[in-house]
Amino acid sequence: MIYHAIVFLPLLGALIAGFLGRAIGPRPSEIITTLFLGIAAALSWVALFQVGFAGETARVPVLRWVTSGELDVSWAFRIDTLTAVMLVVVNSVSFLVHLYSIGYMHEDDSRQRFFAYLSLFTFAMLALVTSDNFLQMFFGWEGVGLASYLLIGFWYQKPEANAAAIKAFVVNRVGDFGFALGIFGTFAVFGTISFDAVFRAAPSMAGQPMEFLGYQLDTMTVLCLLLFMGAMGKSAQFLLHTWLPDAMEGPTPVSALIHAATMVTAGVFMVARLSPMFEWAPVALQVVTLVGAVTAFFAATVGLVQNDIKRVVAYSTCSQLGYMFVACGIGAYSAAIFHLFTHAFFKALLFLGAGSVIHAMHHEQDMRNMGGLAPKIRITWIVMLIGTLSLTGVGIPHLIGFAGFHSKDAIIEAAYAAHTANNYAFWLLVVAAFMTAFYSWRLIFMTFHGPTRADHETYEHAHESPWVMLIPLLVLALGAVAAGFAFKAYFIGDGYKEFWRASLFEGADNHIRHAMHEIPGWVGWAPFFAMLAGFSLSYLYYIAVPSLPAATARAFEPIYLFLLNKWYFDELYDFIFVRPAFWLGRLFWKKGDGAIIDGLGADNLASRVLQTTGRVVKLQTGYVYHYAFAMLIGVALIITAFMFHDIRALIDGVGR
Amino acid sequence: MTGFGVLSLVTFFPIFGALLIAAQNRDATRNIRWIALYTSLITFGISLYIWAKFDNGVATFQFVEQMPWLGGSINYKMGVDGISVLFVVLTAFLMPLCILASWESIEDRVKEYMIAFLVLETLMIGVFCALDLVLFYLFFEGGLIPMFLIIGVWGGPRRVYASFKFFLYTLLGSVLMLLAMMAMYWHAGTTDIPTLLAHRFPPDMQWWLWLAFFASFAVKMPMWPVHTWLPDAHVEAPTAGSVILAGILLKMGGYGFLRFSLPMFPVASEEFAPLVFVLSVVAIIYTSLVALAQEDVKKLIAYSSVAHMGFVTMGIFCFNVQGVDGAIFQMLSHGLVSGALFLCVGVVYDRMHTREIAAYGGLVNRMPIYAFVFMLFTMANVGLPGTSGFVGEFLTLLAAFKANTWVAFLATTGVILSAAYALYLYRRMIFGTLDKPALKTITDMSYREVAVFALLVILVVLLGFYPAPILDVTAVSVKNLVSNYEAALKAATALNVPGR
Repeated sequence: MIYHAIVFLPLLGALIAGFLGRAIGPRPSEIITTLFLGIAAALSWVALFQVGFAGETARVPVLRWVTSGELDVSWAFRIDTLTAVMLVVVNSVSFLVHLYSIGYMHEDDSRQRFFAYLSLFTFAMLALVTSDNFLQMFFGWEGVGLASYLLIGFWYQKPEANAAAIKAFVVNRVGDFGFALGIFGTFAVFGTISFDAVFRAAPSMAGQPMEFLGYQLDTMTVLCLLLFMGAMGKSAQFLLHTWLPDAMEGPTPVSALIHAATMVTAGVFMVARLSPMFEWAPVALQVVTLVGAVTAFFAATVGLVQNDIKRVVAYSTCSQLGYMFVACGIGAYSAAIFHLFTHAFFKALLFLGAGSVIHAMHHEQDMRNMGGLAPKIRITWIVMLIGTLSLTGVGIPHLIGFAGFHSKDAIIEAAYAAHTANNYAFWLLVVAAFMTAFYSWRLIFMTFHGPTRADHETYEHAHESPWVMLIPLLVLALGAVAAGFAFKAYFIGDGYKEFWRASLFEGADNHIRHAMHEIPGWVGWAPFFAMLAGFSLSYLYYIAVPSLPAATARAFEPIYLFLLNKWYFDELYDFIFVRPAFWLGRLFWKKGDGAIIDGLGADNLASRVLQTTGRVVKLQTGYVYHYAFAMLIGVALIITAFMFHDIRALIDGVGR
Repeated sequence: MTGFGVLSLVTFFPIFGALLIAAQNRDATRNIRWIALYTSLITFGISLYIWAKFDNGVATFQFVEQMPWLGGSINYKMGVDGISVLFVVLTAFLMPLCILASWESIEDRVKEYMIAFLVLETLMIGVFCALDLVLFYLFFEGGLIPMFLIIGVWGGPRRVYASFKFFLYTLLGSVLMLLAMMAMYWHAGTTDIPTLLAHRFPPDMQWWLWLAFFASFAVKMPMWPVHTWLPDAHVEAPTAGSVILAGILLKMGGYGFLRFSLPMFPVASEEFAPLVFVLSVVAIIYTSLVALAQEDVKKLIAYSSVAHMGFVTMGIFCFNVQGVDGAIFQMLSHGLVSGALFLCVGVVYDRMHTREIAAYGGLVNRMPIYAFVFMLFTMANVGLPGTSGFVGEFLTLLAAFKANTWVAFLATTGVILSAAYALYLYRRMIFGTLDKPALKTITDMSYREVAVFALLVILVVLLGFYPAPILDVTAVSVKNLVSNYEAALKAATALNVPGR
């Protein structure tokens, strides 16, 4: 019952706010959805204690779903420690974001709709993390995609918001293309798509070949890489990351909930959940590591030069997700989920804090028009500082630190212990840590310190947010401080096996935890010094010598522009995908359908019947189109033959 | 086994209504509309009764009725199995919606219009019930005539062109089918479909018969490259005509493949499967791209229909349970979703009298209910899990992966493209600011319009979360179809057919 309540209360709230919102008005809608989320969040903590600490696991069937032949899929909750941790993260952050939104959105005319979407998102996310099979996971996966689409495009009058919403959905679908193929492949190989059955059978398929696109490839590698493609899309990893920065067009609470704490971590959750498969696909894990490390590095470089306060935090999110994937890739799943857990607190905090700044500045998001805000919005300043200390991983190794310190350093140490080629993962992460410190402090300095660059009136009217917004900030700040040392022992400490039990799987060859004990002492200090260096450089650039940033940008203009334009990915994709798609569409329509197919067939006949021969048929050189039509059919035949290596049968067929 | 039964009742009841209407004064449009609505509602009620009484556990034909008809061995024979019964229900379900949707938008020749629709309903239901080749052919081709008239009389400015194109395309296909049916009769000595299902045609003959049937069904589906009649027909047809066209008429092709091509010509089906796969994959990718470039909202949805039918043909020719289940589900779901989308277009067309996408924009500002309904069906069209559109797409792709990974790989790109064209359409029509002067006074949906959509909304969501009502009905028949197919194929290979 408790799990039904956790999952379905948000759905109920969404339905009430969505369908009855007009009748009952905005305030009741806000209260009902927030209250339901509060209950769900409280129950989630109960669930974490029951499952994580008291060791109960459960499978709760809900309803039959798709039955077809040997395929038999049901709606069901799979409750283990991994699920319980995600329930806590999702519902806690969602509850705080609901609460915060009451203040943040108070001027908006369609708050009912906003709260309905937020709760709908939460439901889809809960369906995802409780899933018992691939199909339900896919449902949640696409469901959160829908909610994300709706929320990014919430302010539908803004063309940029609409464009960003479509981009988010379509890019995610590119990832889901791989995810879907992974599910199809899993079914083709295992004859089932329920987690338990697949996990049981996975060892027997390790090292077995399967046919994919005409090649004989390693089964588990193919399946895991296809599935990982979904994770790359949802978690905005390198190559499929382009939607995340644009998603900042949505209201800021959305960015905090969906694009920082929960939805974008679904990819990490997926790899952890499917660890019983990934552990049998070492090549796939290497790819996960590589993608994660590159993303951590890439996103940090772009974050260095962005001026929109939300975009800086967005690239930071992208980069931190890269850390989590590195941890997954080297088999340190517990460290990945630990970082997911702490990151949810401090990144939601940073986003909501940024929202508080934007709120204070009357919807100004450009940091170049800020500065000197610390005395004006003191509480926001303090919580943002806490968030930054946590994100940059401030702490003294082996002693004490903010939440992000514990989880991030664990990942960096594990990356060293994994001994990737030339230790590339370790070094990329350390460099990323340096850049993280730089851009995070840059954000703080540009926003809160120095002389203000805001126009006089805006600055004078800058005001602290109401308590309904500050309380969530304070709660998250508490998490950003304490979630590390409070939970470290369970998540990645010596008791981690009793905590996670079967929910995370480590193969017999997975020695990462053992190796982590044998790393040299300096490795633990590397991120510490990287962080210190980043802070110092940032201080130099934005407090000590404020003329340095502009001078550096001039001196290294090509590099600066390259980073400012996000490595030109948007332009590249526009050039190789978007434009050709529209161009092909018009070509197929006007030439393929219009000139060739109709030109030969239908129009020809129809016009004869209609006795309008001269006008339509002879309009163009009819013979060309006859020829083209024959060619088209020929091409279809040739492709057929090529695809099926069955030319002989075809020739026999045609010959008769 | 003999005499008229409930299937004849559900088939011919609309004709009864049409006769009643014929007896009315042509100015009594109010009466005519109500008679048409009641007739279609009662027909729907009868179809529900059939569904309720249908035994899911039996693979053979049910409610069978047989009467001597044209002499010789040609009988009037009706019956339904798990493959056909739900199409009867779908037809009867969509018809009242069509009549409601035409309530105010058709003011010209209301009498003839309603008669045409009711006659069309009889013919369409007949297609799915007929168990005799000749009877099937009559229903199958007969349906062309009222549809031809609906487009040609009540259609848009280019209706004559569109209706001829539609007529010629489909007619040419069916002439070949007729020849094939004659050949089957000469060979097997019967036109009885259940008997023919057990009849083994020699492989060489199967080859020709398959092609002849294919010509007809491929046009009906429609498959690439014989699909170009569809966008034109949709564009010119009145709203209700589009609903029937997309909802039911397109399904006859898929139904034909399942009723004839697969079970009667298994060897040829196996042999031609690669061709069907290629055409299906081309349909999915090509028409999705074309949809992206459309400027006319009805054309866009028409092209999207062609892409969705690509999943159907692909699923059918995977020859496994998931593929066929998925194909049937996809057809039924598409009947609801594309029907609903055309009704959505009708709502704004009735107000603005243009189908041009660029003429709209920002509708959500004045039409929130409409925006919600349109969003829901857009998502169903995109195949979002939790809507009926997902189940069929998922099952057919799942089946395709088992059959051929290239096919699955290429067809799955459809999920990306469909998202692109559908959301792009939605953005252009619904989102944004409402600044076109003509739209300033546009009104949200009326109660009548909400009533038309309410059931569709519920069904699309319900079947997405709980598709069992459909999958349970098809399960046994599909399993039977697939195992018969495999057995027939095995027997044919055992005979060691040279060259294959």
